[in-house]
Amino acid sequence: MALESILFWLFAMLAVGGGVGVVVHPNPVKSALFLVVTFFALAGEYVLLMAHFVAIVHIAVYAGAIMVLFLFVIMLLNVQEESRLAGVWGFMRYFSVVLFVALFVQLGYFGYQGFFGAENVPLVRETEIGTVEQIGTALFSQYVLPFEIASILLLTAMIGALYLSKQKLGLGEPARAARVKEALHEKEEAH
Amino acid sequence: MDSFGDLLFYLVIETGFLKAALVVNLLLVVVMILTLMERKISAWIQERHGPNRVGPWGILQPIADGVKFFTKEDIVPSHVDKFLYIIAPLVSLFPALVTFAVVPFGDQMTVNMFDHLVTIQFQVADINVGILYIVGIASLGVYGLIVGGFGSNNKYSMLGGLRSSAQMISYELPMGLAIISVVMLSGSLRLNDIVTDQSSLLAWNIFRQPLGFIIFFVAAFAETNRLPFDLPEAEQELVGGYHTEYSSMKFSAFMISEYSHIITASSLVATLYLGGWQIPGLAALNLPIVAEQLLQILAFIVKTSFIIFIFMWVRWTLPRFRYDQLMNLGWKSMVPLGLLNVVLTAAVVAFF
Amino acid sequence: MVTINIGSSDFAAILPILVVCAFGIYLMVQGVLAPRIHKLTLAYIGLAGIMIAMVSNFYLLGIETDRAYFEGMVFVDKLTVTLNFIFLLTAALCLLLMTSYSEQEEIEFIEFTPLILFATAGMMLMGCAESLMIIFLGLETMSIALYVMAGFRRFNRFSLEAALKYLLLGAFATGFLLYGMALIYGTVGTTNLTQISAYYSENALNLNVMALFGVALLVIGFGFKVALVPFHMWTPDVYQGAPIPVTAYMAVGAKAAGFAAVLRVLVLATGQAAFEWSQLLWLLAVITMTVGNIIALVQSDIKRMLAYSSIAHAGYIMIGIVAGNETTVSAVLFYLVVYMFMNIGAFAVAGIVSGKNEQHVDIKHFAGLGKSQPMLALVMTVCMFSLAGFPPTGGFMGKLYLFKAAMESGYTWLVIFGALNTLISVYYYIRVVVAMYFQDSKESVKMAAVLPGVGLVLLVTLLGIFYLGIFPGTTLSLLY
Repeated sequence: MALESILFWLFAMLAVGGGVGVVVHPNPVKSALFLVVTFFALAGEYVLLMAHFVAIVHIAVYAGAIMVLFLFVIMLLNVQEESRLAGVWGFMRYFSVVLFVALFVQLGYFGYQGFFGAENVPLVRETEIGTVEQIGTALFSQYVLPFEIASILLLTAMIGALYLSKQKLGLGEPARAARVKEALHEKEEAH
Repeated sequence: MDSFGDLLFYLVIETGFLKAALVVNLLLVVVMILTLMERKISAWIQERHGPNRVGPWGILQPIADGVKFFTKEDIVPSHVDKFLYIIAPLVSLFPALVTFAVVPFGDQMTVNMFDHLVTIQFQVADINVGILYIVGIASLGVYGLIVGGFGSNNKYSMLGGLRSSAQMISYELPMGLAIISVVMLSGSLRLNDIVTDQSSLLAWNIFRQPLGFIIFFVAAFAETNRLPFDLPEAEQELVGGYHTEYSSMKFSAFMISEYSHIITASSLVATLYLGGWQIPGLAALNLPIVAEQLLQILAFIVKTSFIIFIFMWVRWTLPRFRYDQLMNLGWKSMVPLGLLNVVLTAAVVAFF
Repeated sequence: MVTINIGSSDFAAILPILVVCAFGIYLMVQGVLAPRIHKLTLAYIGLAGIMIAMVSNFYLLGIETDRAYFEGMVFVDKLTVTLNFIFLLTAALCLLLMTSYSEQEEIEFIEFTPLILFATAGMMLMGCAESLMIIFLGLETMSIALYVMAGFRRFNRFSLEAALKYLLLGAFATGFLLYGMALIYGTVGTTNLTQISAYYSENALNLNVMALFGVALLVIGFGFKVALVPFHMWTPDVYQGAPIPVTAYMAVGAKAAGFAAVLRVLVLATGQAAFEWSQLLWLLAVITMTVGNIIALVQSDIKRMLAYSSIAHAGYIMIGIVAGNETTVSAVLFYLVVYMFMNIGAFAVAGIVSGKNEQHVDIKHFAGLGKSQPMLALVMTVCMFSLAGFPPTGGFMGKLYLFKAAMESGYTWLVIFGALNTLISVYYYIRVVVAMYFQDSKESVKMAAVLPGVGLVLLVTLLGIFYLGIFPGTTLSLLY
């Protein structure tokens, strides 16, 4: 038990620290690496909650694939350190402080309610819930419709991304010439 | 009250501490052997002698190399990002060493030890999502390369890191697809179940999944950044790729992680496709249990060594891919073939 | 062992969605296998798919039993069926518009047709959702397809700007929506709308902050999707940049889907909580109407004008939502149907007038249309009068029902604001009519020919507007 709570706090602090690092670090690559740290810590928390499957998938998908792509794009675009935005939106800084405080008050309030509220439901430890079998069963029985819609959703996103980024239009020479002409025309109008 | 025995029992058996330490150290020793093996095999392929000065037939060469690495000056170039530069080799070493944790290298056996009846598993951790663990952790290996490449603050290193990230992502997909087919056949994500599923010679996945085997094998080459997929460190183009700026023990950490990756990848090929520690027909011989156990571990070692040998053989035989060829192979051949394999396997599992 | 309690009746309940998705996937494969296929063929296959979905929707009318399917994921009632018809008809009309629009601008139907079909599927899911999860997934399917469709003229920077703006702000709004859903889930412990409804009506008097906050965040999220005023900033730019048929689709379909979700969640499920916010919703309705109408007064671009007009109309529909009584659903649905006809009609005419590369989208380009193209001018006039709310068009009856619903709940001031706004809006709608009949065109505007497809759209909208304006009773009883 003690070991578990030590690990919990360790991972929690790591996650929050990583999250803060993502936001405050000026260098985008390091920000992304901080995010990886956060993902790791979160995966650790999942393991503590006995959700091994979720933990591993979290690492494999987020840390292993998505963040690698992120880093790839950041490095490919060679994003420099962000310049300071202060001055232009000076009042935003104070506004953000207000929002920040509001969010923490809110979180504290809900946390308080959750701990000491009247309907404090005793937590049941479901050791079975995180196993692959359970997740698979849930996905293919109760949640089969959302699961399948998610596939349509991803398909849509994929078609969209491919359309917006593909190079050849396959329209043939006349259309391309027309487009060039149009671009020139637009330029003239701008003058 | 045998307190010492209890303590020892707790440390050794319950926590798996000893097993973990043993496996990590064994891995490092094997890496040492592999460096020599690589040079000997390259020499054999190129009709040279290879290292033959340190010790008889040069077998003490790895030790000489180690001493050299330790005593060389550790240069940290002035333009690098210190923190990233220093942690990169560690980040690269960590996943390489921990991936092996779930690979079973022998059948589990029950023995009587200090008056406790214990089941010894020849595997550091028998977790129920073992194969996913491998996929997840192995995909983290790329961070060492990216961090090293970016932290070196040098365009060749950067390009190396960039290439490795794209390459890893591209080849993780076919690898995952090949693994899915294997999982569908065995019905479990636990590596031990996958091994016991291949009990007879014809049940080895290499015969049930020939296409999947080829896909997995090629993807394993790409994931370990070995020739013909060693674009992140292509000497002719990128000086040394992501490790251009590294020297001394930091450089050697990268090398160690590369060889550990090879060991893990080979043991995975052996586990997933060559029946793991199983020897077909061994049970019929009725050998004593310890002998049987030893034979099985030996079988695992032989199979893994054979795959490692193929890794080296390929490295010294095939030329490197061009980058666009690499991407085309990954996305236009391997992924569709992997999908086809999944569909075929699913059909077979569903209808037969 | 896995027990799956899903039978064929479950699949029957989402039959139109299945048909539409199947056609979307088929069209993609078709595009790959036969890349040289004539692009219009693809559009017509898509249309056929929508038609089949409509027919299967009649089947839904047959099984419609007011119960949930897929273990409480979707709900089939009359509202579902009506909304499906609205979405499918919108998609069909916009696809027809796109076929003729592709004469002016190169559009690739290989991607477009699947996207519009998937977007329609997303909308239909929102219409039949019984779970917050389905609402979210449907909304995202629709939104992602729309982000891309807004940028479909991908060599035009306005179009790309529209896509980017829509994507960024849309993702932001989705964040609000998700947070709201999370808070509601945290309070109630389920995403099932019936159970949420039960919880909210049980604890109507002592709802905790979390429950109320969740509803408020939902209002923000939906408010963005239907373009209520503090969350409307994206609308003019996106409507202006997107290809005209897509603009029509967004203006009608996305709005209808947003209001469908609002009906499902705010009126039918969290109705009790929504009443706590009704003062806020009241304010939203008034601001939305007023701001939309006043800014529309000074627009010279027809697309921006229609964008602000659509914001104003969202405000009108909010009147019905605020009313929150038993006539709300039918009044809102009736208005959505009318709105569909008149908006698509207006955009169809604008699409023809705009000509190549949408260069003639100013109101001044409509000058002299009454002489050169009397039929087009007639349709535009009818649509404008209907948008402004003159009898005997459908727009008049729609507003009447909305105001009546509000009056029944005692929102007299709200109705007065609505009426005042209608008066303001007359000015800018009539401006177009004046330009068409009483001004001479200074430059000769070369227009695209009116193709049979567009002709059909114009005819359908014209008939729809008049039918709903003259015989509203039969339709109203059919709707809900």
